[in-house]
Amino acid sequence: MKISMENIYKAFGTNQVLTGVDFELVAGEVHALMGENGAGKSTLMNVLTGLHSLDKGSIIIDGKETYFASPKEAERAGITFIHQELNIWPEMTVLDNLFIGKELKSAFGLLKTKEMKTLAKEQFDKLAVSIPLDKEAGACSVGEQQMIEIAKALMTDAKIIIMDEPTAALTEREIEKLFQVIASLKKDGVSIVYISHRMEEIFAICDRITVMRDGKTVDTKAIPETSFDEVVKKMVGRELTDRFPQRDSKIGETVLEVKGISKAGVFQDVSFSVRSGEIVGFSGLMGAGRTEIMRAIFGLDKLDIGEIWLNGERAVIKKPEQAVRLGIGFITEDRKDEGLILDFSIKENMVLPTLYSFAPKGIINEKSELDFVNMLIKRLTVKTQSAETRVGNLSGGNQQKVVIAKWVGIGPKVLILDEPTRGVDVGAKREIYQLMNELTSRGVAIIMVSSELPEVLGMSDRILVVHEGKISGELARAEATQEKIMTLATGGLEHEISE
Amino acid sequence: MKSVNEGTQPLKTNYLSTMTQKLGPLLGLLLLFVIVSILNPNFLEPLNLLNLLRQVSINALIAFGMTFVILTGGIDLSVGAILALSSALTAGMIVSGMDPMIAIIIGCLLGGMMGMVNGLLITKGKMAPFIATLATMTIFRGLTLVYTGGNPITGLGENVLFQLFGKGYFLGIPVPAITMMVTFAVLYIILHKTPFGRKAYAIGGNEKASLISGIKVPRVKVMIYGLSGLLAALAGAILTSRLNSAQPTAGTSYELDAIAAVVLGGTSLTGGKGRIFGTLIGALIIGTLNNGLNMLGVSSFYQMVVKGVVIIIAVLLDRKKTA
Repeated sequence: MKISMENIYKAFGTNQVLTGVDFELVAGEVHALMGENGAGKSTLMNVLTGLHSLDKGSIIIDGKETYFASPKEAERAGITFIHQELNIWPEMTVLDNLFIGKELKSAFGLLKTKEMKTLAKEQFDKLAVSIPLDKEAGACSVGEQQMIEIAKALMTDAKIIIMDEPTAALTEREIEKLFQVIASLKKDGVSIVYISHRMEEIFAICDRITVMRDGKTVDTKAIPETSFDEVVKKMVGRELTDRFPQRDSKIGETVLEVKGISKAGVFQDVSFSVRSGEIVGFSGLMGAGRTEIMRAIFGLDKLDIGEIWLNGERAVIKKPEQAVRLGIGFITEDRKDEGLILDFSIKENMVLPTLYSFAPKGIINEKSELDFVNMLIKRLTVKTQSAETRVGNLSGGNQQKVVIAKWVGIGPKVLILDEPTRGVDVGAKREIYQLMNELTSRGVAIIMVSSELPEVLGMSDRILVVHEGKISGELARAEATQEKIMTLATGGLEHEISE
Repeated sequence: MKSVNEGTQPLKTNYLSTMTQKLGPLLGLLLLFVIVSILNPNFLEPLNLLNLLRQVSINALIAFGMTFVILTGGIDLSVGAILALSSALTAGMIVSGMDPMIAIIIGCLLGGMMGMVNGLLITKGKMAPFIATLATMTIFRGLTLVYTGGNPITGLGENVLFQLFGKGYFLGIPVPAITMMVTFAVLYIILHKTPFGRKAYAIGGNEKASLISGIKVPRVKVMIYGLSGLLAALAGAILTSRLNSAQPTAGTSYELDAIAAVVLGGTSLTGGKGRIFGTLIGALIIGTLNNGLNMLGVSSFYQMVVKGVVIIIAVLLDRKKTA
C-alpha cells in the first residue's frame, strides 16, 4: 500500500494547524514522523484516518484519491492508528479485547470462542508473544497491551500501522520486543508510521524520517543520510548546540535524608540523601519501584518502616499536605492524571498548593493571585496569551511547565521530578533542563526519576540505580555511563562493571 | 475524541458556548415565565410571585448544598431524611421547653453532623457516595420514625420569631425567601471567592491532582457533606415552622427535586463544572412549573410527568451545546 498526502490544509476554527503538508509512505517502510508538540503530527494522521476532514489537499492511496469518513472506514481499508492512550478494556480478557466489535458468531448469535482462540493464538505466535488469552487485559503490562493492539490491527489485515509514542511507557525489554515485531512486520510488507520524540529509537529502526514544524513539512530524508543534530535543527528551526545545558552545580548541605524506608513487596531498605543545589538522578527499569519510593516520601503511600529527615530534623509525612507544608514538591509522571486539573485555567492550576496565601482574610485576592501567576508564567516561559487559558488546551511541554510552576510557587526545598520530560518536545525539554539548573543554583535539591538514560547522564550530579525495589548502586557523574547504569538496573553486580 | 474537540475549539465559539452555558437556564426560566403568564395572566401577580419564592425556598436551600456535593463528583441522597430527622429533633426540643430559635440552631448543627457522617463514610470508609448516602438515608428515616413513633410532633407554641421563620413577611417579602437569598449570597461568595470553593471545583476536576497539590481532600469533602446536611436541616426548620409541626415523613423524595434543580442549573454530575447561580435558576424553574401548572389547573399526576419531561429536555439541550 502506498500513500501520498499532498498539500494538506486543516484548520480548527481560526486555528490553522496544517498548512500545506506533504507526506509519503511506501509499502514495507518504517517512516518516522517527528516534530515538536503542536507541530501537527497527530492531526495529520487523524486527517489520514478520517477522524478529521481536510480543508484542502489530496490523499492518494495506491494511485486513487481516497478520503475516509471515519477511522472505522480507514481500518477496514487496512490503516490502523494505535494511539498513545491505548484502547484497552481493562476488565475484559485479552481474547475479548482482540475481538471486540468483531466477534465471531455462530448462526444462533453465540460466540465462537474456540475459533477465536485459535485465530488469536496464531496471531500471537506470528508475533512471538505469549500472553495468556484469558488474562484480564488490565492486568497486562503496558508493553503487553500494546502487543494486543498490534495483534488486533493485524487480524483486521492492517497494511499500515500508525504508532503514536509507542515506547513512552515501555521497559527496555518491551521496547526490544516491539522493535523485533516492527522488523518482522516490515518483512511482510506492512508499513509503519512511527511518531516519537526519542531520537535514538528513530535512528535505530526507521528507514525514512519526515520532520514537521508549525503545521508544515520541513523535510523528508532517508535515515542514513541525516543525523541527530540535523533533525533537531530542522525540528526547532534553530541550532541546538547541546541537548543538555551546561550544569555548574554548587552543592551545599544535605537537605533530604531518607533512612532505611521499606514497603513490603514494593521497595526495601532504601536510603539516600540529597543536598541543596544537587540533582540526584534515579535510574532503573520500569516497575523497579522508583515512582513508588517517591510516592511514599511524599506521603501518598504508607511506609512500613524507615525515617525521612529534612534539614537535620525528623519529618513526619503521612499525607501530601504535610510534604507540601515542609517544602517538598512532586511533579508526577502522569501530568494529565495526577498533575493538572485540565478544566482549570493556568492560573487556577498554578496557585493550588498556595491558595491560602492569597486569601489572608478568607477571600481570594484575585489581583495578587494574577500578579503571582503572571510572574511564574514569565519565569517559566509558558507560551500562552493569558493566565486564564484552559490548561487542557496547552501543548504537552507547556502543560509540564504549568505543573513545575505550581511547585516553584511554593518556594520548594526539595523537588521530586518523575519523568519530567515525558511527551515533551525537544525545545521545551531543554527549557525544562535549564529551569532545573536555575532552581538548583538557588539551592533547591532535586530528585529526578527518569527512564531516558541520556537525560539521567546529562543532568544528574549523582545517579542512583534502582533494581527490584532496592538501590543497586550509586554512580558519580564523572564515572557514569549508559552501560554501567544498565548493568546495575538489570541486576548485574557492581564489581563486574568497575573494571 | 472529546479532547480533540476541546483542544481545537476556536475562541469565538468557546466564548459563545460559555455564554449559553451561563444564560441557558436563565433563558429557559424566562421562556417558562412567558408561557405560563400567557396561559394565565394571574401568574404575574406580585402576590403570586412572592408566593412562588417562598415555595421555592426549601428546595433551593437543599439544592445549594447539593451543588457543592455534586461539584466534587458526589451525590447526597440523604438530604430528605436529614430534613425529617433534624425537624423532629428540633420540634422535640421545642416541645420540651427550649427556646425555639436555639432549638433551630441546634437542629441545624445536628443536621450538619449527620452530613459529616456521610462525608466520613465516603472519605475514611472509602464508600461510593451513592451507596453511603443511600444507607444513611434509610437510617435517618428509620431514626425519625423511631423518635416520633410515626406521629407528627405538634404543640410548638406561639413564639413569634419561630412563627415568622416559616410563615412571616419582612418588608412584604416572605421570610423563607429572605433566608434563601441571604444563604445564596453567602454560598456564592464561598464558592467563587474563597479557597474552600476553589477546592470544591478542584476535587471535582481531578481528585488525584488535588491531593498531590496538598489539598486536604477528605477534610474538604466532609465539610461539604456537612454543609449539605446543615442546609437540609435549615430547610427542615422552615418547613416545621410553616406546618407548625414536625412530620415523620417530611422531605420524602426532596433529594430528587434538589438534584433536578442542580442538573437544570447546568452543573455536571461528573463534577468540576457548574455554578450555584444555575442551581437557583434550576430551583425557580421547578417552582414555576409547580406553581404554574397548579394555577392552570393541571392535576398533580400530570405535573410529575411534565417535570420529568422538562428535565430530559434540559439535559438533552445541554448535551447538544457541549457536543
